[in-house]
Amino acid sequence: MTARDKILGRIRQRLGREGPLEGAEAAALRARIDGHQRGIVPNRTNIPHAAQVDLFQEKAEALAATVSRAKSLNDVPEIVSDYLTRHNLPGKIKMSPAPFLDGIPFGAMPMIEITRGAAEASDEVSLTPAFTGIAETGTLCMASGANTPSTLNFLPENHIVVIRASQIAGTLEESWDRLRQAFGEGNMPRTVNFISGPSRTADIEQTLIMGAHGPRRLHIVIVDDGPEDT
Amino acid sequence: MQVESRRFKKQAHEALHDENIQKAFSKVKTGFPVNRAKAVSELPEFDDLRDAARDLKNHILAHLDFYLETFEEQVTLQGGQVHWCSSYAEARDAVLKICEAANARTVTKGKSMITEEMSLNSFLEEKGIEPIETDLGEYIIQLAHETPSHIIAPALHKTKDQVTELFHEKHGKYGFHERLTDPQALVNEARSILRQKYVDADVGITGANFLIAETGSTVIVTNEGNGDLTQSLPKTHIAVSSIEKVVPTLEDASTLLRLLARSATGQEMSVYTTFSTGPRRADDIDGPAAFHVVLVDAGRSELVGSDKQDLLRCLKCGACMNHCPVYQAVGGHSYGWVYPGPIGAALNPQMVGLEEARHLPNASSFCGRCEEVCPVRIPLPKIMRLWREEAFEKQIAPKPERWGIGLWAFFTKRPALYRLATGLAARLLHAMGGRRGRISKLPLLSGWTSVRDFPAPLGKTFMQQWKEQKGAGK
Ligand code: SF4
Repeated sequence: MTARDKILGRIRQRLGREGPLEGAEAAALRARIDGHQRGIVPNRTNIPHAAQVDLFQEKAEALAATVSRAKSLNDVPEIVSDYLTRHNLPGKIKMSPAPFLDGIPFGAMPMIEITRGAAEASDEVSLTPAFTGIAETGTLCMASGANTPSTLNFLPENHIVVIRASQIAGTLEESWDRLRQAFGEGNMPRTVNFISGPSRTADIEQTLIMGAHGPRRLHIVIVDDGPEDT
Repeated sequence: MQVESRRFKKQAHEALHDENIQKAFSKVKTGFPVNRAKAVSELPEFDDLRDAARDLKNHILAHLDFYLETFEEQVTLQGGQVHWCSSYAEARDAVLKICEAANARTVTKGKSMITEEMSLNSFLEEKGIEPIETDLGEYIIQLAHETPSHIIAPALHKTKDQVTELFHEKHGKYGFHERLTDPQALVNEARSILRQKYVDADVGITGANFLIAETGSTVIVTNEGNGDLTQSLPKTHIAVSSIEKVVPTLEDASTLLRLLARSATGQEMSVYTTFSTGPRRADDIDGPAAFHVVLVDAGRSELVGSDKQDLLRCLKCGACMNHCPVYQAVGGHSYGWVYPGPIGAALNPQMVGLEEARHLPNASSFCGRCEEVCPVRIPLPKIMRLWREEAFEKQIAPKPERWGIGLWAFFTKRPALYRLATGLAARLLHAMGGRRGRISKLPLLSGWTSVRDFPAPLGKTFMQQWKEQKGAGK
């Protein structure tokens, strides 16, 4: 008997069943999965979208992320350059190959050197898009893919994320629905990361220290929706 | 993990006299519970979510075979592989085989309690594969050759000075020779050493907080980001998980996620919650090329349908120990096996045998705080009581306890007599406490009162007070 048979057999025996569930019972469970009904969803995000964006910012800042607002992608180079100067960082950025980021006119900032691709151990600053933002907790949702390598979310010490206001959803559940729309029911990208603030640890005498293994700093740029988004 | 639960009393006694342990664990009550209370107060839906989580987990357990098979189908469909293991030995072998196929010399590890259960690290070492723990707490105790003393803060028992000495002693070979005393500097040093390890490792091993039947995903929750580097940089990702972690849908996982971090650390969400599904896709430019799930039973299926099935709802959040006066007094190692605190007292007898762990279900003041804070409402005191009764029936309990519980059983079957007797005892204890309200010596409780005072009851039993209060409320 295989371990699989042993384990399933013992579970069934303890549940007082002979074999696997069949017929209507199995169909009901299948339907429960396919229907992926929402459970109890906190009421706090039951507010207009503009207020959700404010809530997202407030929650993210409470998690020790920093946030800037930009009117358009044209404002992003200056925000990034200020950020690098403020933290005394070299003008070198590893950026996701995502087409959305092509719209940032970095050409106007020749002192910032941009390379694109997955993260390497020597990268100090990464710049990535996000799949969604979640207002409920100030969380970013990142979906991996050819243009969005997930190592950029973890390896560099500084992570800058550029997100459109329209990408900010209320809750985890809304974010799941958008993911299903983008990738198809039952399909997931290899990695979906929910990120709530920069990395931290309290493993030494319960003292909170930032930057344990992931980014020490997380900066989020919320860009107003362009004409194409509204 | 080596089982040392038999020595609970001795270990607890020693812990009560250990200054470092007393300092470390007394800090627990001013940290975790305060943060949890704040997070709970900010989510009006919290208690409803706990009911929903309890019902969800019960639903899963009643259909566990179905959800596990569905999970396996999805993992396979996404290009991953599930390895079913009914024992620790099978699980160790499954991990070894995958490591050997990947020609692994070093593996990085995210924090995982199941791999503690199955003593994976020492096994891999014997086979010539170097396991490297990457969660800072796990890294510290691995360096010190110790075991975890808390399920989410494994190095809770270590003082900063001990970490200073440990790093000073062990980090010389990496070119670090300074004796660091600043916590931030200590973290930075470990960070820079582990950075290279992530990149060099052939295999990354993580645990799983949840398995998603709908999508075949495994989920990890961390604050450091170590688990993500562990599972995204090496060529092979192995997620080791026990069978009860499966949940039907992403929405179901969301319900549990809203409870998990709040109950554990008082965060609304932990910093990183990651869903991993299959190996990297054809056009992905990073991520592991192979994805394996090692699914471990090791005694859990025996709990299904039993009077202790509720234990399988556990999310391993640590709230019960954070709120437990006994845990805070005796520390984590006294319990002698992977799980300390109330969940350990209730679960370890099942996992390592009642004979071995017979003292643990007594390690309770029956104050009920653990059940009050448990996000999935596990009736921990009731389960400890079941074990005590079982130990008594099987005559495994030592003499004085047999006498004690026998008396208790006699009285509980005669409620009027019980009320009279406990009323008397409460008044007696109250009188003994005198003005100070503390009792410094008690028969049968000398293990407790030799180092601390026992708070004297107010002179009334709970039932008497309940009656009066109810009367007052009318
Ligand atoms: S028993 Fe409850 S409180 Fe304790 S670790 Fe498990 S889920 Fe958390």
